[in-house]
Formats: sequence, structure tokens, C-alpha cells
Amino acid sequence: MRLIQETDFGTPASRSEKTVTLTIDGFEVTVPEGTSVMRASAEAGIKVPKLCATDMVDAFGSCRLCLVEIEGRNGTPSSCTTPVADGMVVHTQTGKLKDIRRGVMELYISDHPLDCLTCAANGDCELQDMAGAVGLRDVRYGYEGDNHVTARQSDQPNMRWMPKDESNPYFTYDPSKCIVCSRCVRACEEVQGTFALTIEGRGFDSRVSPGMHEDFLASECVSCGACVQACPTATLTEKSIIEIGQPEHSVVTTCAYCGVGCSFKAEMRGEELVRMMPYKDGKANRGHSCVKGRFAYGYANHKDRILNPMIRETIDQPWREVSWEEAMSFTATRMRGLQETYGKDSIGVITSSRCTNEETFLVQKLARAVFRNNNTDTCARVCHSPTGYGLGQAFGTSAGTQDFDSVEHTDVVIVIGANPTDGHPVFGSRLKKRLREGAKLIVIDPRRIDLVRSPHIAAAHHLPLKPGTNVAVLTSLAHVIVTEGLMDEAFIRERCDWDEFQDYAEFVADPRHSPEETEAITGVPAKELRAAARLFATGGNGAVYYGLGITEHSQGSTAVMALANLAMMTGNIGRNGVGVNPLRGQNNVQGSCDMGSFPHELPGYRHVKLPEVRAIFESLWGVEIDSEPGLRIPNMLDAAVDGTFKGIYIQGEDILQSDPDTHHVSAGLAAMECVIVHDLFLNETANYAHVFLPGSTFLEKDGTFTNAERRINRVRKVMSPKNGYADWEVTQLLANAMGANWNYTHPSQVMDEIAATTPSFAGVTYDLLEEKGSVQWPCNEAHPEGSPIMHVDGFVRGKGKFIVTEYVATDERTGPRFPLLLTTGRILSQYNVGAQTRRTANVAWHDEDRLEIHPHDAEQRGIRDGDYVRLASRAGETSLRALITDRVAPGVVYTTFHHPGTQANVITTDYSDWATNCPEYKVTAVQVTPSNGPTEWQVEYEEQARQARRILQAEPAE
Amino acid sequence: MTPPPTENDIRERTQGVLDDHAGLEGPLLPILHGLQEEFGYLPADALRIVADRLNISRAEVHGVASFYHDFREQPAGRHVVKICRAEACQSMGGDAIAEHAEGRFKIGFGETAPDGSVTLEAVYCLGLCACAPAAMVDGKVVGRLDEARIDAIAEEVRA
Repeated sequence: MRLIQETDFGTPASRSEKTVTLTIDGFEVTVPEGTSVMRASAEAGIKVPKLCATDMVDAFGSCRLCLVEIEGRNGTPSSCTTPVADGMVVHTQTGKLKDIRRGVMELYISDHPLDCLTCAANGDCELQDMAGAVGLRDVRYGYEGDNHVTARQSDQPNMRWMPKDESNPYFTYDPSKCIVCSRCVRACEEVQGTFALTIEGRGFDSRVSPGMHEDFLASECVSCGACVQACPTATLTEKSIIEIGQPEHSVVTTCAYCGVGCSFKAEMRGEELVRMMPYKDGKANRGHSCVKGRFAYGYANHKDRILNPMIRETIDQPWREVSWEEAMSFTATRMRGLQETYGKDSIGVITSSRCTNEETFLVQKLARAVFRNNNTDTCARVCHSPTGYGLGQAFGTSAGTQDFDSVEHTDVVIVIGANPTDGHPVFGSRLKKRLREGAKLIVIDPRRIDLVRSPHIAAAHHLPLKPGTNVAVLTSLAHVIVTEGLMDEAFIRERCDWDEFQDYAEFVADPRHSPEETEAITGVPAKELRAAARLFATGGNGAVYYGLGITEHSQGSTAVMALANLAMMTGNIGRNGVGVNPLRGQNNVQGSCDMGSFPHELPGYRHVKLPEVRAIFESLWGVEIDSEPGLRIPNMLDAAVDGTFKGIYIQGEDILQSDPDTHHVSAGLAAMECVIVHDLFLNETANYAHVFLPGSTFLEKDGTFTNAERRINRVRKVMSPKNGYADWEVTQLLANAMGANWNYTHPSQVMDEIAATTPSFAGVTYDLLEEKGSVQWPCNEAHPEGSPIMHVDGFVRGKGKFIVTEYVATDERTGPRFPLLLTTGRILSQYNVGAQTRRTANVAWHDEDRLEIHPHDAEQRGIRDGDYVRLASRAGETSLRALITDRVAPGVVYTTFHHPGTQANVITTDYSDWATNCPEYKVTAVQVTPSNGPTEWQVEYEEQARQARRILQAEPAE
Repeated sequence: MTPPPTENDIRERTQGVLDDHAGLEGPLLPILHGLQEEFGYLPADALRIVADRLNISRAEVHGVASFYHDFREQPAGRHVVKICRAEACQSMGGDAIAEHAEGRFKIGFGETAPDGSVTLEAVYCLGLCACAPAAMVDGKVVGRLDEARIDAIAEEVRA
């Protein structure tokens, strides 16, 4: 193993298809037109000295080190800013260039500390490298004059010196080491798109400044790490590098946070993780990262992490730490006993969208082949199940149609029910980059998310709809497109079912769907909606990106179909820059759905009723598979309350916190006799568990995650599991304890089994992933290298299907008792229920959930900013502090659900999507009143949780 | 000394300046000049409002404002005396004049007298080299400086 060093070509690649040929230092080089002389040299293997250039940002030409001589041209142009030309003859090393470079380096070093040996960047410092490259031997100017280096000068405080800024929990800013190359400023602008940094002052006074001479934490900085990555010196340095030192080897792996699926180099020293560096060849993130993937991995070593299996007879007892053998035999005996007493259908599993494909495959196999029922469900039930159903119906595949690169070719983007800059930050940055290039944006969201307006980005249209009216708005958009004749008739005739379209067109053309009619329901001004529809239909490549704000509704599946209709009627399917793109919440939601986690579907979305599909698995597994679909999560809980469902194995999901109507979930869990929680931490669900099996982190196992663009990315083990076993091994132990005879020794064998049984994965092997880096399914004989864009020559199901999308208002309505609508979301620094991010320094940004409320609603209720308020719905009540803001419209309140103390899902109701039971998290009628502290439920729950988390200290050995 | 403007005052007057420049292309520099004219300096709160209105980051506004020495972060004294320290004036004895001015005003360059009466600043060429050494007092140029002229200026600004 070695430290992966990616070549820095100095300037970004040119996209031109025309090539030019030039001569550099006697070598002939052919590169695309528009390439810089610096990049052409690098491609030929010639390193021109440089400091201010790096290929993540555009050329800047400020450091004056990369000068070259070009025959027939005057002077010494900088190679980073000079484009290549046919027949150009370049010399990168001449006597004149050597003198200039050495002189420039002398000036740099005259205002730079000479503490290389004790410097954190020692071994990874471009300034040091360049001093070596240009042969710097002496600094004639000395170090006595004006400088930024020393705190005191001639016994006086040095006014130019600035102390280190250590406010950010993950990196430091040491102005004394800054060479003002602007790489950080440009990375923040061009790559991240936040514009949090600038160069303040001028000339010798110039320094990098976050915000208005603020510290990093107080500035607009979102801690994505791009500036730290760009910095050629120790000015911006990860604190982990300062504490540990430089890494010695690295392994490419995949982030385990959101559905973007960024590739990272896990940079290691022995088994210690030194830092996570975004991987340039990662096709989802292209070398960018966010605060979570880049920095928030500290939970893996958090003191709360449980490393030994634990059991207890009943949930009022304290936990007892036991050996793996004892835990397995206890569990197997109980689960088999339950099946004997209550029937084989009395137990089930929940697979995890956080675990690998291989692990998920094994958990559903456990249910189907060992429990011998189909009682398997997954947390995707509560997020993107409508995506699977809706897109499956319309197009024939339950997945997004594009790769993330596609956004670079988009002209008009609809973002609906998603908040990419918080929830999917790396995609958010890529989208913002395209918007700055001129693409138009339509945001459909009850809340004014950052994309609506933030530096250099402004949505052309923001349609602030009332929560719960997605379908009405989308049908209205379709109404405008159809009645104004803006649809792409040629596309529809060729690719879709024309008769179905005519039925659909007749439906949407009905005047009751006109924006003027729906305005009363949706709250969206008709004029704005018409303008948005026209823009999307006529603005060029149109792409839709959506999130849980679409799916987590009683009409979630209908809304997904409405989006598919919009894309088809405008001809926006099957090429670069268009498509319908779900932004998946968790790292492997796509994968967990693909792997047959749902009770009615075997891997590859094939119904269990189909005998030919069952036969594939039956012959391989040597068991008969039940032909009846099993129970979904809500049904499992209902059955538990009824006394017919008694045992559950939950891998990597905290259903008590993440599923709706917490009271109902806790009643269901409490009624079971064997709840097995397999997780990193004693999560909220574990308060009701009888068996706790410690889990492993993504750093401790091999496997694959499938991201939102269907990309199968490798997860690679960089350290041994602290709990002893990777999660797939734990599942295998359990299966074998229950009588199975599984003999997997590596997840690649599980992938081989997946490939052998599932057509869309037929061509996937670990060897292929090793070779290609990643592939996007379907990957089979027809698409041996995977499919970046789907439905290119026709829909998978044959003809695209237009489905009538009648708006049916949710039963959850406001009334005099509950006059406000609550909707929920996510914040950048925290992730999901926060089990991981709350156990990292990310709490510096968000240490509690707040209720956003409009000033008008707040004033009516006598609520001031920061006051404790009671938030009550028909289902329950909780309390949290208010945040008064006009980002939400009057009548709408909003909160995040990252902290268990808040228990936002105590409030949410058990209404759910008509097709998939995906809960209606995004609409709850509530009342908000001033309060003076936590509610009774919160106090009781806190006490119950404290009791349930007790662990008996092991008896000292005799 | 006039009391510093209140937060509300800054907000209102900044909105006024912004409204005056609505629709202008590349409006940041004219707005900053307008603010300096309005307040005598660039209050940090005003810059935040400018950033928000122009939909740029506050870092960007700070980068531009701090680049130009003429934009002040703090209010100046009631009078501003700028003495040229560039080459032509130096060759005509400007350094001695500058030193005399520091002694006479009892403040250094870049400083404001404790009573708020005067701010002394260096400039680099007023385009008045033919009449070097030169200065600018409250926007009006003064040529052929000597100690007596400095004394006269001192009397005037301290009055």
C-alpha cells in the first residue's frame, strides 16, 4: 500500500474536441484546444514550477513561478494562463527562467517562517517543493524587515502579524504562513460556490480573510474543506494532520453519509485514519467534499460506541455484556422459539440503507431463506419508496435517470422538495456552478432554501407552495405546458404511448387544473407558475432534481409520477443534461432497494409472486421461497401491537427516531419479545431491544454502496473492525446460529451471488469495479460498462407511461386547534437522526433543533426568538426553541430532526403514501404555543432511555 | 464628536444609498463611495446590507472595500489632512514637512487626534508635482508647503 498521489495538472481540462500539437522542451505534445501550456506540459510529464495554479480552479497567473519562454514571443508568459497553439515551441527551463524563478522564491521565503522541520505541512508542502525545484540556496533580503511571520519585531508588537485562527473544529488558519496565492479564495468561489473568503487589503498588507475579517467559524464558511485541500502551504491545515502527522498510505473508499456517494482517499498512518481527502477521479464528486464526509468521521472512535454484544431477558433490565457465541445462541434460540410458538411469520428483518449492498442482500436473504418468510423491509420505506414505485411505473426502472455530471449540461433545473446545499452539498455545489454559468433555476418549496437566493445564485422562480400540494402544483405546470402547446410532440409520439398521453392531456387541460384555479389550494401565484412552466418547457435541457419533500406525502408516488410526466412531455429524458433525478437521502438507499429489501420484491425489483424469479433463488439457496409478500414496517408494528409479530432483527436503523408517530413505534417494539438491534451506538430503538449486536463502520469493512445515480462504488476496509466483525459477518453468524450454512469469506462472493441472480447487476464484479473505479447499473451484456444515462434509445418498460395525477388533499388538515403546517428537513452539518454527526465536532454548527416560524405567526403567539415553544399535533407534542425567520411563509413552520431530545416524530402522524406507505413527514397540522421547557413525554422518555441504557459492569475475573 | 449612528439609522440610510444606485451595472464601487459620503466611513453593518442587496458575499464586499485606502472603516476627524509622500514631493523636502506636521498635529500618519479634530494621512501623488511639496486639506489641494503653511493649517483645523 502506498499514499495515492494524484497528478495536479495545474489548470482544469479543456473540453474541446479539436486538438493542437506543440513542442515542449523538444517533445511533441498533442492536447485539446484551450489547454494551458502548463497542463500540456504536465500531460507530457514535464512539471513546470507553480504555486498559485492547481487544477481544481481556473488559472490565475499571480505567483510568477510558472513562466516559460515561447519561441517567437516576447517576454516570459505564465504557462498557466497561456493557451496552447499549433506549432508552438515552448522552453520550460532556460537560464533566464531559472534566474526569475529563484528571485521570486527569494521574495516568498523572505516573508515565510523557516520552521519546516516542525511544520505540519512538512512532507506535503508545495512551497518547500518549489524552493527545492528552483534551487533556492540563499535569501538575500534577510528576515529582519517588515514581515507577517513574527509576533514581535524589535521588541515591539508586529502589527502585521495575526494569530492562528483555530475557531473551526477541523482546521486551522495560520496567516503567518500564507503566501497569498488565492487558491483558497478561488476554491471557495469556483468549487464550493460559497464565496466566504477574500483577500483583504492590498500589496504587502494582503491577507486571506474569511467574511469581513471574521474568524472562520463566524464567517459564511461551510467547512467543506476545499480551501484546505487547495492550500499549498500549512496556512490552512487539518487539525488531525497537526495532531498526528502526515499519512503514509491511502485507500480509496466511499463516503457513508448522503446519497451523493463521494469518493474519498482515506489517508492512513497504520490503522489510524489521518484524514479523508476527496478523490479527484471520484465520478460523483469530482474531487469535492462537504463538512460531513471530509471531517465528520470522529464518531467511529466515540466513547459511546458499543464494542461488545449485549443481551437481556427483558427491556427493564440492565444490559449484560456477553461473548459473540453467547449472544448468537441466545438470539437464535429466542427467534426460533418465537417461530415455534407464534408461527414462522412472527419474526422479520429491517435492512439498512447505511450498510453495504452485500450486507443488505444477506439480511433479506436471512428473512427469505432462514426465517422462511418475506418479512423484510427497509428504511427506504420512510424516504424514497415512492420513487421506486413511481419511476418504476412511468419508465420501468426504479431509479434516477442521469449521472451527476449531467448537471453540467442542464439549462433549466427544477428543484422540488429538496435542499441540495444542505442535504446533498457536493451536488449542491455542482449545481451552483452550473447556475453561475447561466442555467436557470425553478425552486418549488414551502421554504426559501439557500438556492432561492445566495451569493451569485438566484432562482428565476420560487413557487412557495403550501406543504402537501405538490401534486396540484405539478399538474398545474403540466396544464400550462399542454394548453399552451409547449409539449414536445415528436418525443411523445416516438417514445411514449400516444393514446395514454391523449387521455392524460385531456385530464390536465381541464380548467380546474389551471394555475388560476389551483392558486387557492397551493398558495402559488398563478402568474409565477405559468412563467415557470414556460421556462421549463422552452428553456433547453430541462432537469428535475427532487428529494423527500416529494416522496414523504400521502401522494408521494403520485408526485413522482407527475415529475415523470413533466419530463416526458417536454422531451427531457434520455440524454445529457435532462432527466428525473431523486436525491437519495442515505448513502445506500438506492442499493438497499435494489437488493430486494422490500417484502414484495426479490433483488432487482422482481415480485415474489413470479415463480420464475423465485426459482432462480430457490435453486441457488436450496430452500423454497414464500410466494406471499411479507409485512412492511408499519404492518410489522401493527401486528406486534396485535400480538402476532414477536421478533425483529434491525440492522443499522433507528426506527424509533426516524419512523413516524413515535408513540406507535414504541408500543410496537415494547410488545415484541426479541428485538435485535445491530448498530454502532445504543440508539433510541435499542431502548426496546433484548439483543444488541455491535456494528462496524464503513471504514472497517469491504463492500459496495450504490448512490443516487445508480453508481456502484467500492467501500474498502482501512482498519480492522473495533467490534470484531464486519456487519456482513455478524449477519452470517446469526444465520448460521439459526441453522443456515453460509460460508462467505469476502463480500465479493456476495456480489457474485447478486450478479448471478439479478439481471441489472449481471456484469458487476469486484474486478470490474477495481478496473473502472465504479459502474452504474444496469451493467450486463447489453451495457458491459454500465449506464450513466438511462432510457437513451427508449424506455426500459417500452413506451413511457403517462399516468393521471389527480390531486387528493391529505387528510391531515389545519383547523382551529392546529392552524399551522409543520414540515421537516435537514441541515448541512448534521445527518439524519444525528447518531453519527452528533458524536463529532459538527455540533459546533448545530447543537439543537430549532422551530422556524414566520415573524407574523410568532408575534400573534407572543413568541420571541429563542423562546421555548410547545409544538403539538393530533399525534403528540414536544418542545423546542423557536427561530423567527421569514424563510418560511406565514402559516408554515419548519424543523430539523437531528436531535433525539426533540423527538420531532412524536408530532408526525401515521398518514402515509397511498401506494408505498411512505410516511407523510412533510405535512403535519400543528399548534405552537409559548412553553417553559420540555414536555412531560420528553421528561418521561429521557428517564426511560436512561434506565434502558444501563450496562452491568462485568464481574472482575477471579 | 458626533455619536455613532444607530443600527436602525445605518439600515435606513444604507437602503437610501442603495436605492440611489438601483439598476446601475457594476454598482459596488459607486455604492461604497455613496456610503462614505453618507457616513464619512463604511460602517460594517452597512457593508452587510450591501452584500445582501447585491447578492454577493460579505467577504467580497470586504475584499473590495479594504483594497482602497480611501475607504475608511472608522470615522475620520472633522478635518482630513493628506500630505503627499511620493517621490517628487520627497525631492522638494516633503519628508521634513511631514515630520513637522506630525509634531504640530501631535499625531502620526493614519491617526486621528483624540479630540476628533483632525486625521492625518499620507497620499502618494496628488498630481501637483509642479507645486511640490503638496497636500490636500478637506478635499482642497494646497501647494508649496512649508512649515508656516503647516502651522496655518494646524490653526485652522484646531479652531
